[in-house]
Amino acid sequence: MVGFGRWSAKTVALAGMVAAWAVGGSALTPARADGTGSATLDAAIKRGLVQCGVSGQVPGFSLPDSQGVMRGLDADTCRAITAAALGDANKVKFVPTTAQNRFTALQSGEIDVLSRSTTWTLGREGNLGLEFAWVNYYDGTGFLVKKSSGVKAAKDMDGATICVQPGTSTELAIQDYYRLHNMKFTPILIQELSEIQAAFLSGRCDAYSTDASALATFRFSQGPKAADLVLLPDIISKEPLGVMVRKGDDKWFDLVRWTFAAMIIAEEKGITQANIDTFADSKDPDIRRLLGLEGDMGKALGLDNRFAYNVIKAVGNLGEMWDRNITPMGVPRGINNIWTHGGLQYAPPMR
Amino acid sequence: MSATAADPRVTAARKAPKRRMRVSWSDPRFRALVWQFIILGIVGGIVWYLVFNTNKNLAARHIATGFAFLHRVAGIPIGESMISYEPSVDTYGRALWIGVLNTLKVAGIGMVLATILGTLIGIGRLSGNWLMAKLTGFYVEVMRDIPLLLQLLFWYTALQGLPAPRQAWRVAELMDGATFHLFHETFANWQFGSGMLLSNRGSRIPILNWEPADNWILAAFVVGAIGTFLWNGHANRRQEATGIRPKVWPVAFGLLLVLPLAVWAGFGAPLNFEIPTLRGFNFQGGGTISPEYFALLLGLVLYTAGYIAEIVRSGIQAVAQGQWEAAGALGLRRGAILRHIVLPQALRVVIPPMTSQYLNLTKNSSLAVAIGYQDVVSIANTTLNQTGQAVEGIAVIMAVFLTISLSISLFMNWYNAHIALVGR
Repeated sequence: MVGFGRWSAKTVALAGMVAAWAVGGSALTPARADGTGSATLDAAIKRGLVQCGVSGQVPGFSLPDSQGVMRGLDADTCRAITAAALGDANKVKFVPTTAQNRFTALQSGEIDVLSRSTTWTLGREGNLGLEFAWVNYYDGTGFLVKKSSGVKAAKDMDGATICVQPGTSTELAIQDYYRLHNMKFTPILIQELSEIQAAFLSGRCDAYSTDASALATFRFSQGPKAADLVLLPDIISKEPLGVMVRKGDDKWFDLVRWTFAAMIIAEEKGITQANIDTFADSKDPDIRRLLGLEGDMGKALGLDNRFAYNVIKAVGNLGEMWDRNITPMGVPRGINNIWTHGGLQYAPPMR
Repeated sequence: MSATAADPRVTAARKAPKRRMRVSWSDPRFRALVWQFIILGIVGGIVWYLVFNTNKNLAARHIATGFAFLHRVAGIPIGESMISYEPSVDTYGRALWIGVLNTLKVAGIGMVLATILGTLIGIGRLSGNWLMAKLTGFYVEVMRDIPLLLQLLFWYTALQGLPAPRQAWRVAELMDGATFHLFHETFANWQFGSGMLLSNRGSRIPILNWEPADNWILAAFVVGAIGTFLWNGHANRRQEATGIRPKVWPVAFGLLLVLPLAVWAGFGAPLNFEIPTLRGFNFQGGGTISPEYFALLLGLVLYTAGYIAEIVRSGIQAVAQGQWEAAGALGLRRGAILRHIVLPQALRVVIPPMTSQYLNLTKNSSLAVAIGYQDVVSIANTTLNQTGQAVEGIAVIMAVFLTISLSISLFMNWYNAHIALVGR
């Protein structure tokens, strides 16, 4: 069709989802008596796949490598959840979503879980019929500028033109910041990530703004030209990036939440992907419950008792996930560490 | 009824006798009524089912519904707007209205420019000049064969290739060749050319500082326009009465140009432009055309003009060759034949497909989202994303485009009926 490109296809898909609500029956059928108690999990078992919404465009979070394998923190989060749900991390299907269609994809059931650097806000939890199960990255909005511009801090940017993706919490955060400091800016809003980055690099904008993590990885991906770009020290908002599920399926929510708890406990106890089998005869009751050696922790969630073992065997503990994906981008762990190391990641006891 | 039977050749055909409708399947009027009720019931039932089912599904998924969000403070930034917009106080409703105005701005100007360019190219294709005919033919083929989205991205990328504000091109410097030396000398004194700046932040143009004298100049122009109109009417009447048409152009020239210029000179020839100057990150002052708007307008106009050219060409060729020959036999020159004989007849063929092109241009303007121009689709997308109300957001987009498209169709249909051949 002449004149209709990728954007149009996305909007058509969005309109299609809306139409599905109009003509489709309710998918929220009560779980069968012989099922797990979770409609989402039952469907995933039947399908043999967990469908996980990612960006597929952000290095360090989700980006296919040269072999076509999805790599990154968000991608590994999908693998961990899949390992917990189906016992095999390879049974994950990565579904690329845009900033604009991600919620609709989850609402309509096209994906089971959304792991796409999505900020946990009241508005999203209140209006969308979705909820956040855990935070996999504590982030904040930052600014990337060119060194040649001479800008040293966000306060120098009165009157600047800023490139930002529409439909994100970033655009609201910048608006709030400029309002608070009584400054003005001109937004350039382009949906396609590669287009907005190109606009920044060509000089259409003075600054490119998004989550500081994504800015750092974008800067890193510029290779030798990274030295021309400066990440401003100001972080102007709280952006806890979370993993989202549909409301009304509490069992599935529990599964996602306890997958994270398991990875945090594993890091506390020094259990890694490599050494997990050496803990088979551990005397520590916490470790024995975590690995499903005693207690019926998995059963209580409607899962295999070895669900946490499967998760750690597949992706390692929380720290390993960080080291594998984020450390190479040159981002320090900071508040994303577990609580025993001064970070915010704290797991309730598994008992 | 009178005794003498009316002659059917003189009076209208006799009316069918009026009969009461019988409640019977053999009465065609009764059958028609029943079928209409059944079809109406089915359509109504489907609509009711869709609305009911959507609401049920949305409620089951705990998704907010309704249009209350239109009154909530938006807080979303908007790059360019024709009306004032303050994100901290203005609502989603106003943000969407800005989107509608932005869509109309690009579609309205786009239609005018595409029509002018398309008509010129369409006529050019029929030119006897080999080079002209081939070049315009080449233009039509290239524009029609490349997807619009690709063209938009091309123009947007090309405009970003312009230098940064600090190294902006000054139009006067570009024109500083020998050919434009006179132009430069004349206008540089008024700082006009030197105020036109091209950079990747958009084209900055000087805008006139409105002064009291300008009101008088405008008044003189309006008086001149009315005078010209009256003189034109007088010329028409004289031509009908005597067959000789008084010259119109000297009067028009005097009233429309000389009179305002004289008033301007009388006020001491004031001319103050607000010249853009570089302050901080960007130029301040003067008017601006953003690269996003310019790329979208350029892409839409060039693309649609390709189609319009073909419509104009086919319209002209649809006028019988005899019309050209008859007009030629009367002694009219080629230009006069085209203007007075052929184009008015071609218009009747051209208008219906032209309506489709206007509708296409308007709908294609929604590709703006790809290059960051904030039309109604872009703002509605952001709104539905921030509020999570996808059904309402899509409904707004559909309602806006339906309204604009129906308005264009209505106007064009009226115009089509207006110029239709009147049987005499």
